Amino acid sequence: MNQTAAAFEVKGLSVSLGTGRFARPVLHQLDTRIAAGRWTCLVGPNGAGKSTFLRALAGLVPTQQGHVKVNGKLLHDYAHRERAKAVAWLSQGGADQAADDLSTYDIVMLGRFPHLPWLSPPGPADHAAVQQAMEQTRVWEWRNRLLGSLSGGERQRVLLARLLAVQADIVLMDEPLANLDPPHQADWIALVRSLVAQGRTVVSVLHEISLALLADDLLVMQAGQLQYSGPSHEPAAHHALQTVFDHRLSIHQVNNRWLVLPT
Amino acid sequence: MNTRASLWLGVLLLALSLLLCAIGLGVGSTGLESVWRMWGDPVASQIVMDIRAPRTLGAWAAGALLGLAGAVAQGLFRNPLADPFLLGSASGASLAVAVSLAVLGVSPFAEAWVVRLGLTGAAFVGAVGAVLLTLTLAKGVQHTLRLLLAGVVVGMVLGALTSLITIAVPQTLQAMQAFILGSTGFVGWQSLGIMLLSGVLCLGVAWAFSRTLDALTLGEHTAQSLGLPLRPARMALIAVVALATGTAVAHTGLIAFVGLAAPHLVRAAVRTTYAQLVVLASLMGGVLLLAADILARGLIAPQEIPVGVLTATLGGGYLLWLMHRRAG
Repeated sequence: MNQTAAAFEVKGLSVSLGTGRFARPVLHQLDTRIAAGRWTCLVGPNGAGKSTFLRALAGLVPTQQGHVKVNGKLLHDYAHRERAKAVAWLSQGGADQAADDLSTYDIVMLGRFPHLPWLSPPGPADHAAVQQAMEQTRVWEWRNRLLGSLSGGERQRVLLARLLAVQADIVLMDEPLANLDPPHQADWIALVRSLVAQGRTVVSVLHEISLALLADDLLVMQAGQLQYSGPSHEPAAHHALQTVFDHRLSIHQVNNRWLVLPT
Repeated sequence: MNTRASLWLGVLLLALSLLLCAIGLGVGSTGLESVWRMWGDPVASQIVMDIRAPRTLGAWAAGALLGLAGAVAQGLFRNPLADPFLLGSASGASLAVAVSLAVLGVSPFAEAWVVRLGLTGAAFVGAVGAVLLTLTLAKGVQHTLRLLLAGVVVGMVLGALTSLITIAVPQTLQAMQAFILGSTGFVGWQSLGIMLLSGVLCLGVAWAFSRTLDALTLGEHTAQSLGLPLRPARMALIAVVALATGTAVAHTGLIAFVGLAAPHLVRAAVRTTYAQLVVLASLMGGVLLLAADILARGLIAPQEIPVGVLTATLGGGYLLWLMHRRAG
């Protein structure tokens, strides 16, 4: 994977969450690179630091040590807006009640904010981007509905459209499959494949290891450190998974795909 | 995307405001006939032009300030039950008024102009000072929970100090009570001018940062990931809450529930983005307080009920209804 360009280069990255006496180191001296134009999946046990790592890639947490480079430029050197246009990030757990009163169209339009100069209203390009994103996740017909009137999985698809509306080259998603039923999980995988086919970089945190093994590359995390980074089909990737999950899972090959079962 | 519904609501609220202003001119101890007689009768003219008109418009302006502050506070704290007084402005204003009353030894009813102005100024300084104290204790604007907790602490401590002063200097008790219950009775043309100016300024800033409030509904990290300058936006919006509540409190005392209820009433009619909500909540606040003020003046005329009592009773009832509707 070294011959492809790097979307992210991470050097000696340490991150602590909380302040003062309650500060807790979460990431320890991480070094890795994430290839551009590929789908990379972050997996690991609960509390391994996956979400924090993803936030660090998006520039959303202060770093204690080390740095993150995006497309060869230090994350710190990006202006807020430039960074937002380059890297889109989807939070874990969807939206809480605060967003219930907004229409799904307004929610997706939030994704256009990095492109809108201050105080200027959205233009035709923004409306087109919103429509395209909503059609991609099949929520366009709900554009006049309130977010609060949708089910968990439906909300997730609206938030996914919000992410796509940014039209960033790098797309980060934290647990995007939460609340999605199997057909919509398949839709999501097709969507990720089409983004990658367009040359975009996708990094996602997934709990479903079977689905994570569909990704091009795998980053296996444990206790704030990387145990493996590389192609997902390598035996070493499977070995790392066995190690970080305490050998409490078994990996089988079924119809040319990997099936991971708890044991 | 509910622009049409918002527009209709806006027009309706403006029409209601005009209607209520007209009614407000006619309600008072001398009744409607003062309005008819004002062209021939200098006393009637004075009653209408110097007392009722600024008071009526003042009630509307104060309500609009509180409605605006409520909408901004609810967006900023991402909590539909956030009240614009949460950051301590009410208790700060009370303490400042109590101190001035104790030092000056006057009642707000024995108004010499200078004294009124002194109390108004003190209340404003107290309200803004308390918000600054809250910000200092919360070490800035970054942590919503810390801000809310600091606001509660400031409210309690300043409230205790206020009680201490009123007990130590018992002759201030009645005047303090009047301030705490709130009244639009002291609003003159100058007060009205200050409130309108502050209202236009606050509304402009709130509108300019309304996109940040929209993005905050998806959480702070998402708003940050969209490239929005959270820290300056928060500071500006907190300044709006402080200035709007400070101005309203300084001129009309502590009027409860208008700031809490106005944004909810708007949301009950239309669901929209903050750019529209801040405007509509201001109009709704104006209509609410003006309607309450007319009731307060007219219900047992020529006696007056303190308008704060009415807004608290009506607002409390509304909140209970809202709670049961949401729970049910």
